[in-house]
This record gives sequence, structure tokens and C-alpha cells, in this order.
Amino acid sequence: MGWFGEVLVSALILIGAFFLFVGSFGLAKLPDMMRRLHAPTKSTTLGIGSMLIASMFYFFFFFGDPSVHELLITLFLFLTAPVSAHMIAKAHILRHQRTRDELSSTGRPVGWATLDSALPRKNPRPRHTATKGQS
Amino acid sequence: MIAVSCVIALGTISLAVLLNLYRLAVGPDVLDRVLALDTLVINAIALIVVIGIWYDTTMYFEAALLFAMVGFLSTVAFCRYLLRGNVIE
Repeated sequence: MGWFGEVLVSALILIGAFFLFVGSFGLAKLPDMMRRLHAPTKSTTLGIGSMLIASMFYFFFFFGDPSVHELLITLFLFLTAPVSAHMIAKAHILRHQRTRDELSSTGRPVGWATLDSALPRKNPRPRHTATKGQS
Repeated sequence: MIAVSCVIALGTISLAVLLNLYRLAVGPDVLDRVLALDTLVINAIALIVVIGIWYDTTMYFEAALLFAMVGFLSTVAFCRYLLRGNVIE
């Protein structure tokens, strides 16, 4: 069990470090904000997940106690990374007029959900129903 | 072998942190800097986890969990501030 656990933990640590580096390299290298958003939010989340699994296996193989903290961190990061990426993309679309003009049409009578409450409507709803859901 | 891979991982993550700091300093927009801060927090969590493996202690995981929560909340608060003008309405 000893050498197997060692090889497994070392490989997971190296894979995690590689993906973290790829995410940060993409953040520094890519030319556009929307393209730059891809690298950290996907690759870095994969890297940190691999790193936390390596830590969980390490404390399970060499100390015998499976710890739950890593699972908590993994769950929290995997839940919050898409939410923060969505918030950043939404803020970017709403802050820049040029990005807003470059969006293709949705092909449906309803517009983009991000822009729907920000732009003036064709048939404006009453004010209290239009702003009720956003807090 | 685990010690060697821990050293390699520490070096790689430090390079990643340097790239994040470059984006934090250069980034043309405020949102680039917010994204760089988010990635920086995730890299800090990875550093804490690797140091925990290196020192054979589980004591650092509470710090990593707190880092994850504070990083997410600061990103959301920054985005809300940029979108709406204040954080809590």
C-alpha cells in the first residue's frame, strides 16, 4: 500500500499544480476579458480539486484518518466558482456598451436575461412587478 | 517522492501567483483585477493545502476553508458594487 499511495498522492499533487499554472497562464496571456474568464474559472477549479483529493488520500493512506475538511472545501469551491464567474461576466456585459452590442440575438421573443432588466422594455411592466425579484 | 512533488508544486504555484500579480497590476479593466484576485485566492488555498501535506498537519484546513469563503464573498461584493453602486441595498 505504501508505494501505491505515494505514487498516487505525488501524481495528484503534480496534476493539480499543472492545472493551477495553466489557469494562471491563461489569465495572463489571453487577449480579451471574456476569453480571459475561461482559464481561471475552469482550469484552476480542476487543479484545486485535484490538490484537495491528493491531500485527502495522503491523510487517509499515511495517518489512517479520512478527514472531511477537504471535501467541505471542494464542495464549497465547486459550488462558488461558477457563481463568481457568472457574476463577473454579467458585470462585464453590463458595464461595456460595445460588448453588449456584439451579442448575437437569442432567436426568441425574450432577450438576453442579463440585459432584460437593464435595458428599457418595449412594453414596460408596472414598476413594482418589474423590480420585485431583484434584491 | 511526496516531498519532491511538494517542492515542485510549490514552485509551480508560486509562478502562477506571479502571473496573477502581473494581471492584477496590468489588467486594463477593474473586472480583470477582480478576476485576478479571485484566482489569487484559489492559488493561496492550493499553497495552504500543499504546506499542510508538507508539514503533516491537518491544522491548516480551517484556514483554507476560511480563505475560500472570504474569497467568494469578496468577489461577489466587488461585482455587486460595480453593478449596482453599493453592496447591500
